[in-house]
Amino acid sequence: MNDMTRVERTVDSKAIKIAAKKVQVYYGETHAIKDVDVEIEDKTVTAFIGPSGCGKSTFLRCLNRMNDTIDICRVKGDILLDGEDIYDKRVDPVQLRAKVGMVFQKPNPFPKSIYDNVAYGPRIHGLAKNKAELDEIVEKSLRRGAIWDEVKDRLDAPGTGLSGGQQQRLCIARAIATAPEVLLMDEPCSALDPIATAQVEELIDELRSRYSVVIVTHSMQQAARVSQKTAFFHLGNLVEFGETGQIFTNPEDPRTESYITGRIG
Amino acid sequence: MTDISQTPGAAPTEKPKGGSLFEKDARTKRRNAAESRFKMYGIAAIGIGLLMLVVLVTNIVTAGTGAFQQTYLELDVDLKADKLDKKGNRNIEDIKKVSTFGYAPLIASALESEVAKLGIPTELTPKEMGKILSKAAQAELRNYVISNPDEIGKTVSFRFLVNSRVDGYMKGRVTRESIANDKSITVAQLDFVDQLRDAGVLYKAFNPDFIFGADASDQRPEAAGIGVSMLGSLFMMFVVLALALPIGVAASIYLEEFAPQNRLTDIIEVNISNLAAVPSIVFGILGLAVFINYMHLPTSAPLVGGLVLTLMTLPTIIISTRASLKAVPPSIRDAALGVGASKMQAVFHHVLPLAAPGILTGTIIGLAQALGETAPLLLIGMVGFIASNPPDGIVAGFLSPNSAMPAQIYEWSKRADPAFYERAWGGIIILLIFLVTMNTIAVILRRRFERRW
Repeated sequence: MNDMTRVERTVDSKAIKIAAKKVQVYYGETHAIKDVDVEIEDKTVTAFIGPSGCGKSTFLRCLNRMNDTIDICRVKGDILLDGEDIYDKRVDPVQLRAKVGMVFQKPNPFPKSIYDNVAYGPRIHGLAKNKAELDEIVEKSLRRGAIWDEVKDRLDAPGTGLSGGQQQRLCIARAIATAPEVLLMDEPCSALDPIATAQVEELIDELRSRYSVVIVTHSMQQAARVSQKTAFFHLGNLVEFGETGQIFTNPEDPRTESYITGRIG
Repeated sequence: MTDISQTPGAAPTEKPKGGSLFEKDARTKRRNAAESRFKMYGIAAIGIGLLMLVVLVTNIVTAGTGAFQQTYLELDVDLKADKLDKKGNRNIEDIKKVSTFGYAPLIASALESEVAKLGIPTELTPKEMGKILSKAAQAELRNYVISNPDEIGKTVSFRFLVNSRVDGYMKGRVTRESIANDKSITVAQLDFVDQLRDAGVLYKAFNPDFIFGADASDQRPEAAGIGVSMLGSLFMMFVVLALALPIGVAASIYLEEFAPQNRLTDIIEVNISNLAAVPSIVFGILGLAVFINYMHLPTSAPLVGGLVLTLMTLPTIIISTRASLKAVPPSIRDAALGVGASKMQAVFHHVLPLAAPGILTGTIIGLAQALGETAPLLLIGMVGFIASNPPDGIVAGFLSPNSAMPAQIYEWSKRADPAFYERAWGGIIILLIFLVTMNTIAVILRRRFERRW
């Protein structure tokens, strides 16, 4: 992919998938996220950009309650998924995470076979009634993860034996296998070389047709390449949120402009 | 920029500004000297360690191998019916009435006829000849007759143990000079032993009873074996494994993966580390107070020993399990949680299998530690007890009084007869074989199943 290539940016008004209202996140005494309002649309790639430590990853992890695993982390405000508050007492985070899948910064396949990596999610959620159905889910997920052709002959090989880019696509396939509605990606390409990055970016663009994708990235070029909407975070605040084209060409906030032009961050 | 970079390739005509790289300055020399000094210390330390190990192993082997050999005397015994079964009806109850002592004359006369057969000239009386045999010989003969009453009246060939002095003489521990003040053996008897040895009926042979047999009383060191206390150790290890592994692993998983990080868990954590350093005799007295005095479990039982050793082993297992859980990268937990696994599924499906080799290694090392532990057993009465028979059945194995290998070694080392000294070393060899085997298994398991990231 060329840096200057822009994903087609026909931004029709789509259904709102996730709506965050006045979200505050505290790590102990530190106020990490301040008053963030954001609306993430369905079938859209939304990029979170911003300098290190600005809270974009923290906010991403709020969207599937991965922050629950951190003892000192507290979240206030509302995050609605299809109109339901995911921080409601009745919500089981396990069920939520099946709907909101996640791909991490470092490729982290389980030290098991490629097949078992993908089949694990469907197995624990009971998505397949029998072996044949499970095989089908695994194949479909690996195909959507754009890695099927490379691994179809060695599904029993350990997932940790793949190259970095393959591992990351395997992790994406694993996340897709549970049939999520939203896919969160936390700097999915930061550990990959440019070729693998291009492959993953292409994949993200394809995933847009089925899922709502939220991607945190350090690379502004990447945000420009893959996303339709971009949110710029700075020091825990959501500075600007809008169409990617507009954010990169004609930002409203001076801080966004200085970040994009390389003056801060 | 330096001159060199400006005129590349030009030979330095004068000394470089900072001094030549070919000459070491005083500071570098001092640093290098310190480094080689440190290497020397390290080599010396390792050398001393290895030397000590060699000395220790040689010492153990030279002192202990004797226990695996024993001197035997082959003898044809005429099981005289008029002595053993006076009524002649082969009634087992009547046969049992003949005490162990009553078999002594049989042996003495068998020895007398053997001497006559071999043509050995001796002035010893049959009774004096009989004294070179172990007291265990009479018991062996009696047991044989009671279990085979049909053999009464026949002549049966036996291989009897000789007494510990004669055995010591054969092994070079006892000499004619050293028995000057010894009332239990005379020079004439030693001459007689020499004659029997030359005739080929008295010889040293491998002694399986030392490994598989039971302990024997103070008077019969030649008959003592470590087998029964080995069983005692085995039953204790069963108890330790069955209790310490599940409790330890469950506690560590909870503390490591589920427990909130607060003051209470901090206190628990510190105390577990402290418990690992508590002297084992403290656990022994705790076991005495709780398991025996309060719960009234049987004294000297491997069950109680196992419970006490469980208390002692738990901290070791918990610490090593937590360390191996910590070593599993958090990205694996994230991955599992990310696809919607519950915390427990993440732990049991992914974290625990990866930590298993470390947990197993820690457990085996904990068990090895428990296997070699003596002090707590002193307090619950597993020492000083003479286990003369192997336990009958598994329940009895846990509940009937027994000893344990290290306790047995300690017991032997306390006894007066020097023949026990040899057995104590022999016991140490067996114990060490067990420990080395267990540690080797631990190393192999770790090598085999360890994953690297």
